[in-house]
Amino acid sequence: MTAHAPPSPAPPIGVLVELTHRCPLGCPYCSNPVSLERPAAELGTQTWTRIFTEAAALGALHVHLSGGEPTARRDIAEIVRGAAQAGLYTNLITSGVGLSEKRWSAIVEAGLDHAQLSFQGADQATNDRLAHYDSAWERKRAFAAMVTNAGLPLTINAVISRGNLHQVGAFIDLAVELGARRLEVAHTQYYGWALANRAALMPPRKEVEESIALVEGARTRLKGRLVIDMVIPDYYARYPKPCAGGWGRMAINVSPSGKALPCHAAESIPGLEFWNVRERSLAEIWRDNPAFQAFRGTDWMQEPCRSCERREIDWGGCRCQALALVGAAAATDPACHKSPHHARIAATAAAEAEADASAIRWRSYKDKVEA
Amino acid sequence: MTDMDSRSRPRLPRGVKLRHDDVRGRWTLLAPERIFAVDATAATVLQLCDGERDLAAIVAELAQRYNAPEAVIEKDVVAMLADLKAKRVLET
Repeated sequence: MTAHAPPSPAPPIGVLVELTHRCPLGCPYCSNPVSLERPAAELGTQTWTRIFTEAAALGALHVHLSGGEPTARRDIAEIVRGAAQAGLYTNLITSGVGLSEKRWSAIVEAGLDHAQLSFQGADQATNDRLAHYDSAWERKRAFAAMVTNAGLPLTINAVISRGNLHQVGAFIDLAVELGARRLEVAHTQYYGWALANRAALMPPRKEVEESIALVEGARTRLKGRLVIDMVIPDYYARYPKPCAGGWGRMAINVSPSGKALPCHAAESIPGLEFWNVRERSLAEIWRDNPAFQAFRGTDWMQEPCRSCERREIDWGGCRCQALALVGAAAATDPACHKSPHHARIAATAAAEAEADASAIRWRSYKDKVEA
Repeated sequence: MTDMDSRSRPRLPRGVKLRHDDVRGRWTLLAPERIFAVDATAATVLQLCDGERDLAAIVAELAQRYNAPEAVIEKDVVAMLADLKAKRVLET
């Protein structure tokens, strides 16, 4: 009988779809898994369209079209059309390097609502070095112009690590110059490939704090012109970030091959079986997949989370980070100052930031795809 | 201070959408990486922000609809629209 079945969880606000793991860039901060999925395993246009319809019916309002590089899909315009027709607000998260005017026009015509364009540096040399792609700077600037010429809102996503932390002010100027409505100053989060590269990327605490102050000043100065969101490096934080807004609470991710995940690093946690959207509906997965229930709510929590007054603010932080740094997915995220491991990881970060530039390992799609 | 006056024609820019969320039974304003819950009154105001009507016309229509003095309506509407403008989800 179902008398004791848990109540249906509140529906997700958004769905993030990783359309492909293919990507022309070689960013060392890539947070996708070290082992990537093959093109042959990717879902087809029809399946994505069905997922969008299911997501909207379930209660999702935003869809984030991501990857890898989502425009590496030849059918990207058809995918956008499917999402828009399902009634979702469509957000394209792109590197902006591979799109012709013609393909961009088709995407706009298909109903795209917003484009988020990544920059790796605020000048050509830094950008192209960190993107590991020679003409990326010029191509990105050209893409930004295509977005604003089409009248679409543009977000610039500046991914910050030690190599470009000094450019935060220049990124703000760049966003204004390119006509962006919104800027994300996104400090690298250390998952997947980025975790393997952490020693080469971690910035020093003092410079991080200076960059935060700089952003806060710019927010006031540019109020009404540019919205600035900031993701701080949580190794230096006092409280952890509520990863994905809480496990199985706000968001659902779908991998290129159709695995539904509570967050895009969730597969790093052993013992969880993630259902595939080829075989089950999104609603069924959201409600019934034990992997989504594993860390949903607060029942799974240990101390110090269990009795913490912030347990429904931080939701315990990030399960993947707890596993990666403490060895237990149900532990308090060590980014939290209440974690007994917090001092150790802050010291690790500081030591890595001080050690002179470790060799960067560039990401390469061709070399790292899973067999 | 606000640079809005009675001849401003407020509108939602491209990429900002007023939509009824049927699952949760409420109005929402969808914007880049943002979802604003909108109450029924605010939704009525935003439906009038079509880029055609000016602020004076919007206020007059709302005053009639809610049977309230225009001065009171105008104060509330300007405050609401100025807030949305600062968040870059409304243009005038």
